[in-house]
Amino acid sequence: MPNTPDYSWPAPEKRRVIGKRQLRLDGVAKASGRATYSSDVQRPGMLHGAILTCPYAHARVTGIDTSAAEKMRGVASIELMAKPGEEIQYAGYEVAAVAAESCQIARDALKAIKVEYERLPHFVNEQDLKGAGSNAKPSGEQVTGDPDQAFKEADVTSEGFYGVPVLNHSTLEPHGQVTEWKGDQLDYWPTTQAISSVGGELAKLLEIPATNVHSRMDAVGGGFGSKFSPDRWGPAGAMLSKKAKGRPVKLFLDRSTELQIAGNRPSYFAKIKLGAKKDGTLTVWDSESFGTGGFGGTTAPPIPYVFRKVPNLRLVHTSVSINAAMQKAWRAPNNPQASYLTCCALEDLAAKLNMDPVEFFDKNAGLTNYPAVYRAQLHKAAELAEWSKLWHPRGQSDSGPVKRGLGIGFNTWFGLGHPSNCRTTIHSDGSIEVELGSQDLGTGTRTVIAMVAAETLGVPVTAVKVKIGDSAYPESGASGGSTTVGGVSASTRKSTMNALAKLFETVAPNLGVEPGELESADGRIQVKGTPSKGLSWKAACRKLGTRTITEMGVNNQRGPGGLISGGVAGVQIADVNVDVETGVVRMNRLVAVQDCGLVVNPRTAESQVFGACIMSICGALMEERIMDTQTGRVLNDSYDYYKLAGAGDIGQIIVYLNTEPEYDKRGVIGLGEPPVVGGLAAIGNAVANAIGVRVSVLPLTPDKVLAALEGRNA
Amino acid sequence: MRSRKEPEPEPREPRAGVSRRGFIRGVGISGAVGAGVLEAETQAPAQRPAAKVIGPGPVAITLQVNGKPYPVTVEPRTTLLDTLRDRLGLTGAKKVCDRGACGSCTVLIGGKAVYACNIFAVEAQGKEIQTIEGLTADAKPHPIVKAFVENDAQQCGYCTTGFVMTTKAFLDKNPNPTFEQVEEGLAGNLCRCGTYMGLRRAVLQAAKEMKGGSHA
Repeated sequence: MPNTPDYSWPAPEKRRVIGKRQLRLDGVAKASGRATYSSDVQRPGMLHGAILTCPYAHARVTGIDTSAAEKMRGVASIELMAKPGEEIQYAGYEVAAVAAESCQIARDALKAIKVEYERLPHFVNEQDLKGAGSNAKPSGEQVTGDPDQAFKEADVTSEGFYGVPVLNHSTLEPHGQVTEWKGDQLDYWPTTQAISSVGGELAKLLEIPATNVHSRMDAVGGGFGSKFSPDRWGPAGAMLSKKAKGRPVKLFLDRSTELQIAGNRPSYFAKIKLGAKKDGTLTVWDSESFGTGGFGGTTAPPIPYVFRKVPNLRLVHTSVSINAAMQKAWRAPNNPQASYLTCCALEDLAAKLNMDPVEFFDKNAGLTNYPAVYRAQLHKAAELAEWSKLWHPRGQSDSGPVKRGLGIGFNTWFGLGHPSNCRTTIHSDGSIEVELGSQDLGTGTRTVIAMVAAETLGVPVTAVKVKIGDSAYPESGASGGSTTVGGVSASTRKSTMNALAKLFETVAPNLGVEPGELESADGRIQVKGTPSKGLSWKAACRKLGTRTITEMGVNNQRGPGGLISGGVAGVQIADVNVDVETGVVRMNRLVAVQDCGLVVNPRTAESQVFGACIMSICGALMEERIMDTQTGRVLNDSYDYYKLAGAGDIGQIIVYLNTEPEYDKRGVIGLGEPPVVGGLAAIGNAVANAIGVRVSVLPLTPDKVLAALEGRNA
Repeated sequence: MRSRKEPEPEPREPRAGVSRRGFIRGVGISGAVGAGVLEAETQAPAQRPAAKVIGPGPVAITLQVNGKPYPVTVEPRTTLLDTLRDRLGLTGAKKVCDRGACGSCTVLIGGKAVYACNIFAVEAQGKEIQTIEGLTADAKPHPIVKAFVENDAQQCGYCTTGFVMTTKAFLDKNPNPTFEQVEEGLAGNLCRCGTYMGLRRAVLQAAKEMKGGSHA
């Protein structure tokens, strides 16, 4: 192609839309209750589904009798989700699903299904390594350098135990879907992070052609990594619908089931021993870690985190399988836990060295992949947190019962962009459609797509109709790993530029110039540098006559154009008050300094970081999935006992996004994961700084704080 | 961590058609009957006029929602939330915890914020129910909605309608709140995406904008 457009982003001073604080385009619809989530879908004759789950953590199904339920008035169909003889490995496992005229009747029907179990011994406490037996699988020792010699040569050593429990994704919109058959065609309304692929996944499970499934979703009520697949309730819902002569079936998990099986992230615990020189240089790391991702265990955490280049290392990890639902990807998988284990051990070492942690981390920034970035961020965060005024050596706080403390946590993430295809259509009336099989998880994807299109086409953001959330649109990747904004912004940029080039070709002869001499700006197609010689956007599009322009744009992950990049750094500093009489920790402030490349929409980017910080506060201070060792069940399967922060629990959050030219020129980089990583460590370290002792295992609840103060285990 | 809002206080006087006592006799005390009901029962005056027993089968009732009557037939055990969402097609109130812990289903009854999952539809008869659809019926965004959008007080949006309704009830009672009062006022609602920074600012902005004007 002779005139391949230059896709690169406009220079910062030339941007009209990108970089402006654009309001979320679907904001009014969502806040007014007009947005339709899949759980809101209403279909004529729709049935309501419910799922019967296994109450035992480990059992064999010996019999299932659905005859009484089948005879119940209002019950339309029943689908078995477990077979007689099947061995069940966790409580909450789905055994049968019912579709009925109302959710009340469906629940009655569940009670009428008789399931017989042979109970088997269970194991649910991964911290009981002695009792784990064959459930614990140690990996081989990984050694770098000469750790033994390095410990001999170290001036100072420090040893501690740190842990992060299993957390639930806890999306507010529960997992589930509406399914409806029309002949052999299946209409599917999932709540998903992957609208382009989830229907094909369901088709595979149902053994039907992928072309027979049409997936749609206007809005999704939270995912955080737990909504990529159709799960087991997808095919069950489709079968319920099929057995009910194709009638639509709405099948969503109740909150208890949601908090038992819909998604969790692994726990990680580690005994970590470190050695350093007198000047604070970290020379050796030795860790024995373990953790669980439910049934099947979990891989080793990425430790040492961020400070990867410690010259002498010894790492051993034990994967513990327990009778609990399997882990799912949780926003920056394994990174928040690894950051907590690493940064807490490092701050304990700094305390032993009598070093200011800012000085200590600065000293060791050379062990990271981005020393200059981390150093700059560390000092920026320290400035915003008033470190020099507020920090004090560990334990040397005010004499009153409320102690103030500051602590630091680090993050990193990769990003880049997922494969994405975008189709732009320009109609002869001037209207513009941009279509992608993508989804907006609340991150502002819809708005970012419109902004990129508006920037390219020189039209207002509101002139762009963004169509996402439908498998009929060109395939775009799943929203995971902070790859969405990179993927969709690159494909949208290319697609809209390709469409604009076609429009230039149409209009150029009318203006007596070559297409390459034209530009689109302020709602006009005009000769570059000569705004008077041009046409309004509408007049230009009218020249299309009966034609429309439809052009694709593709992002193939590492494609050319310099539009996107990967690999970011971030530093967070927490400021807390701890009441040493009650053990209650309160947030004063959390400062987040984050690098994320070119920021398309600073407003929603900032919201992402706010949200990530609040999620860290939840994880550091209150969240924890608690297993009952007696029954093997999740004890806190409701929001009464699975604690999340409220509006009064978060203190103030200060976000600083690195938008300096050296960051901006890297292109767009996703922001969903990195800022959720460092907060746990920052808060844990702030509490240690406040009270003078380490509270080892999150969440930092009053009982654990008081126990640590008294020098015993909680 | 703060105390959540209490369920709608139980009415002291028997209503036409159904009384608490008669209702419980009718359906039996099941797991679905919340603690609030049991308390009300033990605190109720010893003598009440005899009331008509309804249920457990479906009963015809009329709900007054957003100024319009909605005749509907429901089993007495059906919550107001399930009735709004599954029977009346009003899905703005979201079903999240279904147990009065998260506030995502908040509606206004007689101007007070109530968790729609925590009361039965039959209890809501004869009362003025306002849902998010009623509050935001105008083409022009309600000042609370406007403030939410301008402060980016939402991400996935699933908790948002509940927060908007809570804010409406809160500001009606506290037209000039302090920042700390806003934190207290929102304590009965949960957000998972972490939008409290925008939410707190939005409520303060809405308070300013709603001053002097009357808003439905």
